[in-house]
Amino acid sequence: MTLILHLILRLALWLLLAPLLPGIINKVKAWVAGRRGPPVLQLYYDLAKLWKKSVVLSQLASPGFVIGPAVGWVALVGAALLMPLGPAGSALSFRGDVLLLIYLLALARFCTAWAAMETGSAFEGMGAAREVSYAVLAEAAIIAAVLSLIVHTGSVSLITMLAPSPGAGAALLAAGLFTVLLAENCRVPFDDPNTHLELTMIHEAMVLDHSGPPLAVILHGASVKLLLFAVLLVQAVLPIGEMTPPAAAGALAAGVLLVTISVGLVESLLARLAFRRVPLLLTTAFLLCVFALLVAWKGDAT
Amino acid sequence: MSGTLNLVIGLAMGLNLIALGSSRLPMLIRAMSVQGVLLGVMPLLMESERLDWRIVLVALATMAGKGVLIPGLLRRAMRAANIEREIEPFIGFVPSLLLGALGTITAVALARALPLLPEHAGTLLVPGSLAAILTGFILLIGRTKAISQVCGYLILENGIYLFGLVLIHSTPLLVESGILLDVTVGVFIIGIIVDRIQRAFDSLDTRKLTTLRE
Repeated sequence: MTLILHLILRLALWLLLAPLLPGIINKVKAWVAGRRGPPVLQLYYDLAKLWKKSVVLSQLASPGFVIGPAVGWVALVGAALLMPLGPAGSALSFRGDVLLLIYLLALARFCTAWAAMETGSAFEGMGAAREVSYAVLAEAAIIAAVLSLIVHTGSVSLITMLAPSPGAGAALLAAGLFTVLLAENCRVPFDDPNTHLELTMIHEAMVLDHSGPPLAVILHGASVKLLLFAVLLVQAVLPIGEMTPPAAAGALAAGVLLVTISVGLVESLLARLAFRRVPLLLTTAFLLCVFALLVAWKGDAT
Repeated sequence: MSGTLNLVIGLAMGLNLIALGSSRLPMLIRAMSVQGVLLGVMPLLMESERLDWRIVLVALATMAGKGVLIPGLLRRAMRAANIEREIEPFIGFVPSLLLGALGTITAVALARALPLLPEHAGTLLVPGSLAAILTGFILLIGRTKAISQVCGYLILENGIYLFGLVLIHSTPLLVESGILLDVTVGVFIIGIIVDRIQRAFDSLDTRKLTTLRE
């Protein structure tokens, strides 16, 4: 019984807190630009509004048009449940769950790309192609980061992997994972979430034909993904698992807030990169994670 | 002490990769000069217990030469010859970054197998120098502009200097200052040559120099 209660509580925490992050990012951007900006809870209002609207379905689209976002959302929430939260542990943990996490993220991406191509619009296909081709590099970086954690702790389960402090490679790992966070969540140096100029969008281009509840599900899933990556980054860098529960909760919240504010600052201070420069930045992120792996390997051997 | 030393060499290795990945000439020159200054600090760190005027002099001369004089000469040559700031690579940025990283990792892994003195085995001196030499080679081969090739040559020289630090006790001051002087004069002359090439060919692209005819 307590297990089910624990699970429901954790699920509620993830689902309810996730839409807060885009609101904070927008607030930071508005603050840097000297505007008042939309309220922090704007995404909640948007989701509520979208949920009440009806769906416009293309006659060409197969059921995959609606199934895609739904499966993607479930995959992302499942990935979020795998993620341990400091000393509270994770909802379900087993040996090698980190692989499941990576594959669930990939499944969510596949479903978004699949749903994007359902209407047969060349434009959305272009967005999907871009998303997938960047993801190849971002995934390599995240696998290198996970490998460095595995080498450092000698464990393949998320809960023991993220608990201790990552040692000398922490700065490298933080820089690499932050870049991956920006790329995976389509934030500024890679994609501009505000733009509606056809040629510069990635994520927005994929969801153009979605409306009503499926769009709400996609937007909510994207915010869960952002929170997931922020939590992963904070736990990979700080030894949250070894703190007492109140300190860990405080450190985790402060860390996620800090990551969110830095995303907002990056977004206000940097311009979007030209498309041909993106692979270079992602390769840099990959190399940062590889060097963190090297430090973990060298540091433990000597 | 070995920790600080390794950190500085690690930073120099990072600067190698920045030099490989940067697409603008000023950025490349800056990476090269910051690396030179970092390497200038190294002898002071290595000999912090028994500092003598010789070592301080070498360190100061290295920092001034590589951090101020050489980049200044290069920037002046760049301005005088009106060189565009974009670097056009033979080997693209991503492949050269990957090559550089591969070289760095190989150097670190290889240095374990080398028969080093026990006092050098724990430091990154030898892998750092190998990595810088490899980076220099990649820049020399993979860039088309004369100035970026000069930067590659200087990074290669940084690597050789780093290797020379292993022998810091047995190299006389004369040799150190001679090398530094040679490099400075070399860059000075290259600055003049770059200007001449620019005037004669309206371009600094070394690919065009291979098609010279009588």
